[in-house]
Amino acid sequence: MLANFDFDVIRRSLSYLFIDGMTFTLTLTALSATGGLIFGTLIALMRLSGYRVMGWIAGLYVDFMRSLPLVLVIFWFYFLVPYIGQWLTGSSRPIKVGAFASSLITFIMFEAAYFSEIMRAGIQSISRGQPAAASALGLTYAQTMRYVVLPQAFRNMLPVLLTQTIVLFQDTSLVYVLSIPDFLGAASKVAQRDGRLVEMYLFAAVVYFTISCIASYGVRRLQSRIAIIR
Amino acid sequence: MNYTWNWHIFLEPNPTGAGTYFDMLLAGLKVTIVTSLSAWVIALIFGTIVGILRSLPSKLATWIGFIYVEFFRNMPLLVQLFLWFFVLPELLPRTAGLWLKQMPNAPFYTAAVGIGLFMSARVAVQLAAGIGSLPRGQKMAATALGLTTLQVYRYVLLPMAFRIILPPLTSEFLNTVKNSAVAITIGLIELTGAARAMQEFSFQVFEAFSAATLMYLVINIIVVIGMRLLERAVAIPGYITGK
Amino acid sequence: MKQLRLLGLTLAAALCAGQVQAEDLTGTLKNIKETGAITLGVRDSSIPFSYLDDSQKPVGFAIDICMGIVDAVKKELKLDKLEVKLNPVTSSTRIPLLANGTIDLECGSTTNNAERQKQISFTNTHFLTASRYVTKKASNITKIDDLKGKTVVSTAGTTNIKQLTEANAARSLGINIIPAKDHAEAFLMVETDRAVAFVMDDILLASLVAGSKDPAAYVISSDAFSKPEPYGIMLRKDDPQFKKVVDAATAKIYTSGEGAKLYDKWFMQKIPPKGLNLNTPISAELKAEFAKPSDSPDPESYKP
Repeated sequence: MLANFDFDVIRRSLSYLFIDGMTFTLTLTALSATGGLIFGTLIALMRLSGYRVMGWIAGLYVDFMRSLPLVLVIFWFYFLVPYIGQWLTGSSRPIKVGAFASSLITFIMFEAAYFSEIMRAGIQSISRGQPAAASALGLTYAQTMRYVVLPQAFRNMLPVLLTQTIVLFQDTSLVYVLSIPDFLGAASKVAQRDGRLVEMYLFAAVVYFTISCIASYGVRRLQSRIAIIR
Repeated sequence: MNYTWNWHIFLEPNPTGAGTYFDMLLAGLKVTIVTSLSAWVIALIFGTIVGILRSLPSKLATWIGFIYVEFFRNMPLLVQLFLWFFVLPELLPRTAGLWLKQMPNAPFYTAAVGIGLFMSARVAVQLAAGIGSLPRGQKMAATALGLTTLQVYRYVLLPMAFRIILPPLTSEFLNTVKNSAVAITIGLIELTGAARAMQEFSFQVFEAFSAATLMYLVINIIVVIGMRLLERAVAIPGYITGK
Repeated sequence: MKQLRLLGLTLAAALCAGQVQAEDLTGTLKNIKETGAITLGVRDSSIPFSYLDDSQKPVGFAIDICMGIVDAVKKELKLDKLEVKLNPVTSSTRIPLLANGTIDLECGSTTNNAERQKQISFTNTHFLTASRYVTKKASNITKIDDLKGKTVVSTAGTTNIKQLTEANAARSLGINIIPAKDHAEAFLMVETDRAVAFVMDDILLASLVAGSKDPAAYVISSDAFSKPEPYGIMLRKDDPQFKKVVDAATAKIYTSGEGAKLYDKWFMQKIPPKGLNLNTPISAELKAEFAKPSDSPDPESYKP
């Protein structure tokens, strides 16, 4: 069986796979994780703000996003974002949003729901005395969050946040459904053009597996180090 | 917004000759439910075995459990489905491969097995954590009573652990439902696939996706409520969730 | 006096004409002028209309025509520079992505029919093709009825899968229809025996067979699911200014003999990536259409 393997197809497409495909995947992962963390933290703060309407809206958003399959959300956003842009800017026609920008918006909005739950747990893990002490020192709510609560919540939750980022890294492969050339999309384009599904998909699996394994090993190391400090 | 809404589209006949577009979405919903349930059964069976392996004192068993979990957790589900669907039949002997490929409903079986094994790694982690959270005294007491290891798990540890991990299992089941949408890439016409097909045939993209979205929400609500009731029914007295 | 009035009129007319040019731009043209960019929707495997060459660059017959349109737009708007962006689309995503402004033109192999014309517009036809199916010779399938109860693949979002679905229902064939993401994936399902047949436009089937590992192993049906239907480049509906420019540009390409030259390049000569020659001489219908360009969705209107 292996005799029929054409390893050359992988070698010939390496630059396309990594320079185009993997760059897309990693950029999308990094920017979505950053954006998702920022939005997720804001949503978590809204939920814990004590303003009932705001908490309710934030909770609804999180529950809504978390009930939908990512594939459906990807389709939704790719088709809908230009109209939302039109509505926001009051333009006369839909705003042009490219494939990358559209995927980025999709993943930020989707991951924000998941990151917010992690940050919420992180914020709730801080003992009540801390914000109380901070406000006794005269710090405003914003200052308390900025200098006391969030840095600790972030640090406590770092391993979970990173694990979620690894999941995100794997999930970006779903932009395949839109024919966008991320790493898997690039591999499938070569695979289908040359009729080499077996070689390309096995190679893609090995690459995703290696990267995720190394990353999760790193997270475990980090976890044990943080555990010792605490 | 230069988009023509047409909510009546659901009542118009679809091109498959079997009823309306709404019926088409319902057929997709049925496939989603059947696929998710089949995958979930596989996930529970394999997840339990591997979860137990991970909690055993034997180093070899823990190691096998660890490899299993890492293998299924570190590859995107989409890639795993491609491996099952496109790669596996080509690596098998020709007749076995052909049999796999020409099975009727091959996308369904591939999706159920692929998603089931993918989720089993997550179930295993939850279960191992659940078993780990039990006081050591329970296992010791059971052993002191003369139970074999199998009996210890069957009558003491697993009944306790499963009840403790019921809430995370609920969300893992919901993840299974959501993950079934990935099978669209191997040609399974589940709910998201049916919505996409409806969009392609009728051009009413937002109506189709809205309906699918609503159906996913309903599945979620039903599962969450059902599991809450189950949690209450099987709660362990003396634990926080117990009576 | 009379002369002065004439001069006044001419001046006014000239001024007005100038203003129409600058101010009354609407729709896509206005957008292109403002952004200095136009986005073309391109395909992965619509050989030889729109597909990826060896360096993953989109090439093809429809792309060359689109580049001609881009030049005409550039001239019309008197732009020094017009950036051309390419956005990959599939059969399933092309219409929503055109409607929502992600792409301005879809350069591929999209069948022009009356139903689609309610959603989007087409410019002049660039090809005519019928819907057929490809099977392996070994599977001994000679007519549509032989597909009864078998697994058949087609590309999601095409007219072909719709025709197949309708024929399946009308003739109660009990075919198990699998939708594939794009033509290459669908063809691979037949190559690997996952499906017995792939229903698609015959020209695309011929190109996929010619490019396969063993072209002699396949046969394209003589039974067709449809009459030869026109292919058109898609643009947004209700955008008369842009449509006028695009129609004029394609009409000029087809009538000037450049269309025939492009046809020769993609259908009668070696094409990338493998140096394949499709050897498909131009049909009488298409020749007549090139002489008298039309965007009609009606297959009957193309009878020479």
